[in-house]
Parts: sequence; C-alpha cells; structure tokens
Amino acid sequence: MTLTLEKSSHSTLTLTVNGEKHSFMLGEGPHEVASSHTLAHTLRERLGLTGTKISCDNGACGCCTVLINGKAVQSCMLLTVECEEKEITTIEGLGDPVTNVIDPLQQSFIDHTAFQCGFCTPGIIMSAKALLNENPSPTRDEVKEALSGNFCRCISHYHVLDAVMAAAKKGGNQ
Amino acid sequence: MKDYRFIGKSTPRKDALDIVTGRTKFINDLTIPNMLYGKVLRSPLPHALIKSIDTTEAMRLQGVKAVLTYKDVPDWKAGFPHHVRILDSKVRYVGEGVALVAAETEDIAEEALRLIKVEYEPLPAVYDVEESIKPDAPQLYDQFPGNVFPQDNVVFGPHTLNEVVIGDIEKGFEEADFIVEGTYAYENIPNPLPPESPGVIALWEGTDNLTVWLASQGPQIFKAAFQRRMGNINLQSLGNPVGGSYGSKYMSWQYALPAVALSKATGKPVKFCYGKAEHLAAFTLRLGSRIHGKVGMKKDGTVTALSGDWLVNSGSFSEATQGMVAVGCGEAQLMLRCKNWSFIPKMVCTNRTASGQVRGFGGQELKCALTPILTMGMEKADVDPVDFFKKNYVKAGDGFYWRDGDWWVCRGIDYSNAINQGAETFGWKEKWKGWLKPTSVNGAKYRGVGVGVHGNADAGEDVSEVYVRLEPNGSAIIHCGIAEHGTGQRSSICKMVAEVLQLPLDRVYVTPTDSLVNPIEIGPVGSRGTYAIGGAVIAAAEDAKRQLFELMAPKFKVKPEDLETEDGMVYVKGKPDKRIPWIKEMQYYGSIMGHGRFESDFSIPNFMMIFTEVEVDTETGKVDLIRVVGTTDVGQVIDPLSLTNQLNGCLGSAGIDSAIFEETVLDTRLGRIMNCNMIDYKWRTFSELPEMEHSILETPFPTHRFHAIGVGEITPSPGPSAVLMAVSNAIGVRIHDYPLTPDKVLSALGKIGSPMRRE
Repeated sequence: MTLTLEKSSHSTLTLTVNGEKHSFMLGEGPHEVASSHTLAHTLRERLGLTGTKISCDNGACGCCTVLINGKAVQSCMLLTVECEEKEITTIEGLGDPVTNVIDPLQQSFIDHTAFQCGFCTPGIIMSAKALLNENPSPTRDEVKEALSGNFCRCISHYHVLDAVMAAAKKGGNQ
Repeated sequence: MKDYRFIGKSTPRKDALDIVTGRTKFINDLTIPNMLYGKVLRSPLPHALIKSIDTTEAMRLQGVKAVLTYKDVPDWKAGFPHHVRILDSKVRYVGEGVALVAAETEDIAEEALRLIKVEYEPLPAVYDVEESIKPDAPQLYDQFPGNVFPQDNVVFGPHTLNEVVIGDIEKGFEEADFIVEGTYAYENIPNPLPPESPGVIALWEGTDNLTVWLASQGPQIFKAAFQRRMGNINLQSLGNPVGGSYGSKYMSWQYALPAVALSKATGKPVKFCYGKAEHLAAFTLRLGSRIHGKVGMKKDGTVTALSGDWLVNSGSFSEATQGMVAVGCGEAQLMLRCKNWSFIPKMVCTNRTASGQVRGFGGQELKCALTPILTMGMEKADVDPVDFFKKNYVKAGDGFYWRDGDWWVCRGIDYSNAINQGAETFGWKEKWKGWLKPTSVNGAKYRGVGVGVHGNADAGEDVSEVYVRLEPNGSAIIHCGIAEHGTGQRSSICKMVAEVLQLPLDRVYVTPTDSLVNPIEIGPVGSRGTYAIGGAVIAAAEDAKRQLFELMAPKFKVKPEDLETEDGMVYVKGKPDKRIPWIKEMQYYGSIMGHGRFESDFSIPNFMMIFTEVEVDTETGKVDLIRVVGTTDVGQVIDPLSLTNQLNGCLGSAGIDSAIFEETVLDTRLGRIMNCNMIDYKWRTFSELPEMEHSILETPFPTHRFHAIGVGEITPSPGPSAVLMAVSNAIGVRIHDYPLTPDKVLSALGKIGSPMRRE
C-alpha cells in the first residue's frame, strides 16, 4: 500500500466494490474516509451499500460479511484504508448486473424461506457464497462450519442449510 | 381437509427478493436530509442522585446541535404506572440515560458525551428481589414504597388480573395425598437479542407535528400511547421492517423518546440507534422470576391445590410488567386444571436495567420457576410428565381467569392428540426411564429427556381493524398497520385475501406500516397474527367481495350470492365460461372498500409442547442439546415454511438456550452487566445445532375462516423447564439453577464446591 496518512487531507483512497472503482478523500470530514473507519462503515455510510449490516460491530456476529478477493471477511473488523487494491463484493454485487438475475444461492434462499427477520441474511449469504466458491459440493456439516460465525436469532439455520445444500446441488455439484 | 389455492401451500415471502438482495431498508439503513445523530450519556452508577451536570464544553464542540439533561427534556412519562422520565435527576441502574446529544455525525456526538461533566451522589443499590422488599432496602421511587409496583393498573382494563385466587385453598390441600413445597427461580435475565439493535428516526416539525420511523413490532402502539401524553399532537408512526424483536421492540418508547426530545430541541430529524453494548447492557431483558410454591397432589397426578408467592424482579422500571404478570397468571391456569389456587405475584423494582416484554410474555418466566415445583410432585407420585401435562392442559369447557380479569370458558380443541403424536415422534416411551433416571449412559456421558408445555389464550387478543380495497384492474390492497418482524405475517395475510378473493398472490398488496393510511393496529404479538389480525383481514376481504357481487349481480341478472370471482373476473356459480372482469362494473375510476373488524376473544387457547434430549458430560459438566421435538396443533397451516421457521425459533430469543448457557451476568458489587458484547454473551452457532423435528397437527378450529390459530409467540417457552428436567434425569440429581453451565452441573454432581456466583 502506498498511501501516506500524514498527508491525509490531500490523499485519496480507491476502493473496488462490486466491480466499480470509487475514490475518496482521506480525512475526518463528513464526506471523507477517516483512517479509523471500518470497511462496513464506509460501505454503508459513504457508498450507500446498506445491504451490509452492522450488528455487533465487534467481529462476533457475521452480519457485515462481505467477500474480499472471494473470501468471506467481517467488514466491521477491517479498516477501509487496508482495503485498497482488493476486490470487494457485497450482497448488492451478487447476481448478474446486466440481466439483473439474482444468484442461484439467493434464489434458493427465497425458495426455502431461509430467513425470518432477514437482518442477518446478507451476511449469511455472503459466507455461504464464499464457501461455495471454494467448495462447490460441501457436506451439510461443512456448511454448518462455514456459517458458524454467523449469528441468527430467529433460528432460520435449518432452512438456511437446506437452501445452501439445494443451491450446491443445483450447481450440478452433487 | 379442504385443498386451498394458497393456504397451506409454500409460497415465497412477498419481501423475499428485497431481503436476499440486501435491499430491505431497516431503520439504520435510512437517512433523511439534514439528519442529526443522537447519543446518550449513560450512568456508570447503579443508584445515584445527579448533583451537578455541566454541558458547556459539549455544547461548544463544533457540530453539536443539542445537549439535553433532566432539566430540559419534556416531562413525558412512560411505563406502568407512568413513572419513567426520558432523563431524571436520579439514576436507578448502570446505563440509565443522564444526558442526550444530537450532532452532525455519530463521531461528534460520541465526542460530545465525553465532554459532559457529571457529579453524582452515590446511593446504596439493591439487586435481589427479596432484599429489595426488606424494610431497610434502598428505595428506588418515592411513589413506590417498599420497591413494589402497584397492581391497581389498567394495562388490560379495570379488572386486570393480578393474582389467581380460586376455590378453597385449605380444603384443596386437605384433599391432597401429599404436598410438595419449594423455591425455584428463573433469574438469569437473558436478552432476546435481536440482531438489529433498537433504533428510530424522529422528526418534530413546527409546534405539534411528529413523524417517527420505528424499528418496532408495534409501531402504532407508540402513537396510541404517546400522542395524548405529548399534548394531542399530530403523530404519524411509520414502521420499518424489523431486524428481529421477539417482543422486545414492541414498546419502543425507550429508544423513541430520546430521539423525539432531541428532534423537538433541534427542529431536525434525529436518528438514534443503540450500539450492541447499549442493547445488551441498557435495554430491557426478561423478567426475573422466583416462586415460593406449594402444591397439593393426588397419587394419580390430579392437582388439588396450588399456593405460591411469585416474586417478579422487574429491574429499574416496569415497562409492561403488570401485563406480563396478568398473562403469566392466566397461562398457569391453562397448564393446570386445578380447582384451588392462591397464587400471589409481587412486582419489585431493583437497580439493574429493566425487564420488559419478551416472547413468552410473563408466561415463560413463570413456567420456568413453577414447572420444577410441579415436577417434585410428579416425581413423588411417580407420574410420567407427558401424562401429567396431558391430563392437566385446559380442555373445552374448562374455565380460567384471563388477563382482563374475566372468567373465560375454553371453546378450543383437545390437544391430547398433539401430545400423543409428539411423544411418538420423539420416542418418549422408549426414552423415558422414570424420574432422575438417565435414558442411556456411555462412559462419562449421560443422556436424559425432559418435556415442557405452554400455551396462551392471546391468539385472539385485542381488536384489529382492516380495510381491503379492490381495484378495478383485479387487485386488492390490504390496509393494515401490521409490521414485519420476521414471522412473514405480512405475506400470510396476503395469502388469506388471495384465497378469499381467488386472486393471484402477486395481485395482493399490503399498505406500508403507516398510521396515516391504516386503522390502528396493535401488532403481531401473542400469536395473534393468524387469528385476530387474520380474522379482521378475512372479514374485510369478505365484505369487499360482498360489495363486488352486489355491484355485479344486475349485470348477470342473478342474486349476489350466486356469483363467484376468480383472477379479477366474476361469473355465475357453475358457469365459469361467461366471465366479466371487475373493471366492467367498477369502471376505471371506481374502487370498493371492504371493512373488517376482529373483537377480542380469549376462549381459544393455543398449545406448544417441547421434548428435549440432552447429553451431559459428567467429567466436564457440559450439557449438549441433542434433539428437540416440538408438537402443536395449528388447525390449518397457512404457510408451511413460515410455520417451521417459527417453531425452530424455540432455540432463539432467550428460549431453550436460556436453560443451557444464555445469561446476562450482573456484577452485584458494581451493578454492571459484565457480558455486554456478543462474544461474552453466549449464543448458539450453526455448528452446534441439535436435531430438530416438529409434529404439526391440523384439527380444524371452527371459529376461523380457514380453521387456523397462531403459535409463533409461544414456541420457546416450554423449552427451558424441559431442559432442566432432562438434565436432572440424565445425572440423577435435581438441578434447577438456570442456565445449567458446567460449574453448576459439576457442583450438583458433588465434583466441585458451590459455584462462585452463588454467593
């Protein structure tokens, strides 16, 4: 990383989110990105990508999960200034941006009503997506393990497992 | 059973696409131009007078728009009776608000909190419910001497139930073959902990116009409660999708009033969302519940008398404690067909963050303490608990006092079939080896089974009023103020209307949860969504259909009752070939408004039983939940996947797991909650899910158009006492200290001394 925070009022930061580049001024002003800002904060408050939810803001609940270079990370535990030159994907970036067709995993969540209040759902979908990227044919236990950092208080877990397993199967992997 | 087009079929939730794409706007996802951010300075002391408070420096900070203290907030009072100010000159728990700040950014507001100087005069504090009612205990409120909340309240009308006194208690004990007596408690004050912390945006404009956007299970309740208290202002309440509530976000004044006060002071919209630490340490928890009880029983499991003192620890204020006690008292009678009662609650305040509404609403807290006393009797009589619950659960013709203080006679169904089927699904007969006997032993691992029961008569509670508007293009709009908090009820009422009017589901809509466009709606609470709200929705759709047929009948030269409608077309019964679209008679400028109203009916109790199997590692003391089977009878399933979601919910929202590991840890030296983050507050992960199965019966309820009744609210409540029973059976020792953490299990086994926390 080449940024120099000392010159923050003149420095810029470029993030690549869902395939689009966004540049920010670094600083403490209302429209700037401060060195203390988390990626979750920047996604929500600067880019309006509110599909990424903040619940615990402490790395415990997984509601803020996004993909960085295809891997699931909790965006409340990363500083925005650490995320330059990385490919960030949020829930808004799933699916086909041209046809607007949603990702088969999202469709599977709809088909299985794999949510209740839906607050933790984007984070769960992103964690599951990261798993399927890496392991397209997981066992049910592997799905459980991959989602073990995702809090859901309504207890939609069982439907989520059905949805992820069905999506993996539909992907022709089982 | 009738085969419906939508009812009973799995259909996607209407809001599903928004949820899975992240487009659902929860409260903290909204911004309004010129919006300020509110923050609360919170007390570090459990009980103190504010001697002085200096806000000068905070006010000087650039970007700060208002700093309010108890001296300048409006004197609106909340709670039952009205006793909680937004800010007071006295603090009664660690985390109580001391000052409010509104600023241009959250960071500035946070910084301003640090600049407020407060001088406190500390007072002694009290945390234990019985310590609090001693004569020399520190007193929280001048108006509540002895720290006891008054019971002469009007939560549920002038005769609100505040005790269960029936028959002749002395005679009841005389008739008993034996008497058991004991003290049991459920005092781990777990947090229902929805992922979305409480939040609101408030905008006060001019002298008397207030708009609130609320993350609330009952956004219109805020309007109903506070409109007049605020001087009969124009109050519009808007309900956002709610990121989980489990009852806790029903009464929203705790978070709404500070934002309203800040908006009133600044004239700008103010967003105020709790952080997770505030949510865990300074928001409402479950009630603390302790019962000194005595039960008279016959050898066959007939209960002849029940007497008891129910000590209810409400924490620093009563949000709705009298209401929860009323419902709890009603629910005790539903589980126990006993002729002689003397069951006397006492509602007590203490110096910790308050208790409030949570799924289970008084009943879970009561059951968790009462059931262990009953099991002492069952053990003595050597009665199988499944047989005991089957014999004692309310049946048609049985009477009970409900929350309104009236005597209701059950018109519901017999749940014995549900109990039988649940027991069979679980394999109860094979697994039950008798009291304090393990089901199986494998080395140090002992398995045991337990069962619990719960039900309430609130499925038909309160009035609901709904309009269904038919549009000429063959669509229907439901005007209903129901919020979506996860049950899928906004979608389910669309299914009901689609079924009545035989419209495609995508031609039925619900208005936004907006008090300007909908009649008042108390909301989806107490499992009332299907029966009460659904009842009004169905009546409104039927009324609209009746008007439609009256309009169309002359065209067909038949009587209105000879007509049918399907997919926005009308035809004569038996002659579906000749169809006329609605628009032909309604014209493009016409609409039809049907009206439906549901009146309170407490005569139809619902039912939930939970079977649990646990495995206790007698070397480490760890309790694992192996299997859960829920059984209920819902009359008619409305949406299968939404129903199983709600039934699976028995693990969450401070339900079953509050018997195993969930607790809010209060340090009684400092009055502070020690585990106010989601690492130290324990919750169940995907990798530790038990096997879960449900037995769902559909015995038609004659009093509902689709013969259905709701059960969502009650699903967690039978669970904790079932776990207690299962663990006791596994290890062969009665154990009753929620939650059953390893230290307590090892202590019960005599392997270690008393756990430290039992000081």
